[in-house]
Amino acid sequence: MGVAYTPGLRVAARALIRQERRLPLRGEVLVAQGQSVEAEQVIARAEMPGNLHTVRAAQMLHVEPQELEAHLLKHLGETVEAGEIIAQTKGLWGLFKSELRAPISGTLEEVSVASGHVRIREVPRHIEVRAHIAGRVAEVIEGEGAVIEAQGSLVQGIFGVGGERRGRLRVLAGGPDDILHRDDITDCEGGVIVGGAGADSGAIRAAAQAGAVGMVVAAVRDQALRDYVGFDIGVAITGQEPVPMTLILTEGFGELPMAGRTWDLLRSLEGQLASIDGATQIRAGVIRPEVIVTGQGAEEEVAEPEQILQVGSRVRVIRAPHFGALGHVAALPAELTEIETESAVRIALVGLDSGDEVRVPRANLETIQE
Amino acid sequence: MPDASQIVATDCGSTTTKAILIERRNGEYRLQGRGEAPTTVEAPFDDVTVGVLNAVGELEELTGQRFIGESRLRTPVAGEAGADLYLSTSSAGGGLQMLVTGVVKTMTAESAQRAALGAGAIVIDVIAVDDGREDHERVGRIRSIRPDMILMSGGTEGGTVQHLLDTAELLVAAAPRPRLGRDFRLPVIYAGNSDARAQVGEVLGDRVDLIVEENLRPQLDLENLGPAREAIHRLFLEHVMAQAPGYDKLLTWTSSPVMSTPRAVGEMVQLAAQTEQTDVLAVDIGGATTDIFSVFGGQFNRTVSANLGMSYSVGNVLAEAGADGIRRWLAMPLDEDALRNRLRNKMIRPTTIPQTRDDLLIEQAVAREALRLALAHHGALASGLKGVAQARTMADLFTQASAGETLVDMMSLGLIIGSGGILSHAPRRQQAALMLIDAFEPQGVTRLAVDSIFMMPQLGVLASVLPEAAMAVFERDCLVPLGTVIAPAGRFRDGSVVLEWQVGDERGQLRAGEFQRLPLLPGQRTQAELSPGRGIDVGAGRGRMWSGQVEGGPAGVILDGRGRPLRLPDDDSERRKKLAEWMASAGAAPGGPQ
Repeated sequence: MGVAYTPGLRVAARALIRQERRLPLRGEVLVAQGQSVEAEQVIARAEMPGNLHTVRAAQMLHVEPQELEAHLLKHLGETVEAGEIIAQTKGLWGLFKSELRAPISGTLEEVSVASGHVRIREVPRHIEVRAHIAGRVAEVIEGEGAVIEAQGSLVQGIFGVGGERRGRLRVLAGGPDDILHRDDITDCEGGVIVGGAGADSGAIRAAAQAGAVGMVVAAVRDQALRDYVGFDIGVAITGQEPVPMTLILTEGFGELPMAGRTWDLLRSLEGQLASIDGATQIRAGVIRPEVIVTGQGAEEEVAEPEQILQVGSRVRVIRAPHFGALGHVAALPAELTEIETESAVRIALVGLDSGDEVRVPRANLETIQE
Repeated sequence: MPDASQIVATDCGSTTTKAILIERRNGEYRLQGRGEAPTTVEAPFDDVTVGVLNAVGELEELTGQRFIGESRLRTPVAGEAGADLYLSTSSAGGGLQMLVTGVVKTMTAESAQRAALGAGAIVIDVIAVDDGREDHERVGRIRSIRPDMILMSGGTEGGTVQHLLDTAELLVAAAPRPRLGRDFRLPVIYAGNSDARAQVGEVLGDRVDLIVEENLRPQLDLENLGPAREAIHRLFLEHVMAQAPGYDKLLTWTSSPVMSTPRAVGEMVQLAAQTEQTDVLAVDIGGATTDIFSVFGGQFNRTVSANLGMSYSVGNVLAEAGADGIRRWLAMPLDEDALRNRLRNKMIRPTTIPQTRDDLLIEQAVAREALRLALAHHGALASGLKGVAQARTMADLFTQASAGETLVDMMSLGLIIGSGGILSHAPRRQQAALMLIDAFEPQGVTRLAVDSIFMMPQLGVLASVLPEAAMAVFERDCLVPLGTVIAPAGRFRDGSVVLEWQVGDERGQLRAGEFQRLPLLPGQRTQAELSPGRGIDVGAGRGRMWSGQVEGGPAGVILDGRGRPLRLPDDDSERRKKLAEWMASAGAAPGGPQ
């Protein structure tokens, strides 16, 4: 087995980027094929039906379900205001009348003679989808959205929290090994902060308070993530956290330098408008957080990173005891080798940049582009 | 009953398709080989049979026999190629995802949940009148999930009709769409109060494909899950499987209907309990989920803990057990920060493996907590019927037996079967034994085993056709025995003798807090006589002698005098010292003696 799993994270200075932008339900597409769009531009819109509230009308009026219709003052499709009387019984000689008032404003949508309930739907909400990246409409998805295409730079992270945001890149770290502290956070309102190896809790909080819309760093401590999000993330599906600033990690958890190629690219993009998204899903249908800057260079398909582990491959060790270390594969012995845990596994001999040569299970290596 | 001397069985999992060959030689059914290949339900293949042919192709290469002819599996033997029987299970495409509804959460809704889980489904939500949600929240939820089918229950016979109509109207308002196949109507199984059938039918109209079954909870004190489970299985084949690419072809190859993988495992666990006349608990711990199957007192139950697992869901084990819950199982000091970062890195790079001794111990600590939590979840659902007023006898008053009490009884449990990488591929089998003991805390005399290649699905479907063949292969080739644990339970006084034992020719005493191991090789059985102290139970009742056969394995016979519930010392250094001692006694310490 010469192939090792790697997350296949993409880091490209020039790439053709395609973003599929869809409404969560059918609606109206506002752009045409071939049209140029700006990142903030609304490209599709839909009306989300309001919540449906059930009123146990027959029960409240003390009538049988099949008699309910005769007592209604409002009819199907009519709008009602909160507190308005929508049904009334005649009572006995005009006395002992029962009234039913609408608990919410909306439209009378259903009267059931089976259950004696009426249902009122709240006023619809408008949902909009923006282009998120500046580019050209490559394809219209009828009633749902569009595919936006652009040339630009792309950095995929390994984990993120928070959703789509846009802002100018502000490099606040001196190098890929630097960790951001509270005092390093300056002049970042509306921007996307680029750090190096990481950021401590104070820096993350300060950045969010200062109005930064995003932060991209190599790694954070899990405790700092919990402090920021307010809870332990259970399952690795993210993007919906109620956080004021999207946080994207390019390498993982703990203290890890940012990969040189990622750092160089992000630094070269300082001041440019970036479209970022922290949404991550690690299981089937993998979704990775992204930093996109459009308008860069000439068209070139994003190349999938080399995933085959070969002698000479540039690799990163992704598990203890050499977690985070970079090196080159020196040999790939075919036979199973017993490691410290007493498991017999396929290993690689890796010449680390520090000069040491170490044995690492192949499953614990990822190939990287440099 | 068919006469078959060559049987090929496949299990089409979400990532891998596994094929096995079972042959009858000299009147005995044995496993002869296995092959595997990636599952091919997704693009670019879009055809599950491609993976099946690849897996069986590997089996052909390994065994030198031919089962494939004209690009299909051949049965019965036609000319040269072909097996006598071809059977298959499947969980590809995300398994069977269901929404269940009931009236009262702990009564009909819980019965419906048991019916769905027992049929091998993943229950994505349970809607009940008392689930604490507003109608619009329920509608929003139903709309956002895309179940393969819905099971509607509620109302005992002659009971509520109104609540069932309410639920039917909720379904109409939500208009749920099936997960697969945009053009077919969502199957809804109605297994509630028969008085409401006609009206529910009117409300739902032709918006769904309504299937009416017998009430699954006709009386408060009676569950009737069989018909609903059968209907789920039938619809799974007709609707869900038929939508999955290539299944129409696969169904024409198999000698009996394709079974969902968890259902097949359930069939095998039930057969094992019946054959061995004991209570059985089987666990499959994966990266994302942990499934537990049990048979206690003849009653089968299955639960899926969807967010307890070793990689993808490891963050959830951390969230539920807490960092201290995991750290308490570590025999070395490790600060919370380091533990958290390591677990998070495992979550984002799920295919990495532990390289150091410490990392291995951390993963095994996580497994103990995931298994413990999954069993707690299982115990809550595998229970007697809640909401039943029972006639209580004096004996019940003494034992505090009550309605809704869990069926899980660790003292009556005779066999624990573990599967999933962390258990099946532990570097030492003794480590798997210790994880199962620490997490499940079995009491009395319990055999421990692992299913090293997870063959139970294929044997489960075989059990529906040839039960003796399935049982023979299960005992001889599927189960890898780990050994037997003997754990007296009761109130222990520090340092007192809790058990006097004789195992084979050896005899001795077990004191409170002690943990001993007697070697007994795999495949060996020996007579044991166990005399517990006063008030202490080792399986035959308090203070009563237990005698019977015990089975060997890599872990031998473990005498666990640590008491139940198992309490670890509060003092950190004492706790670490004890953990190291127990590991060494069990022969489970990496680098230590076996």
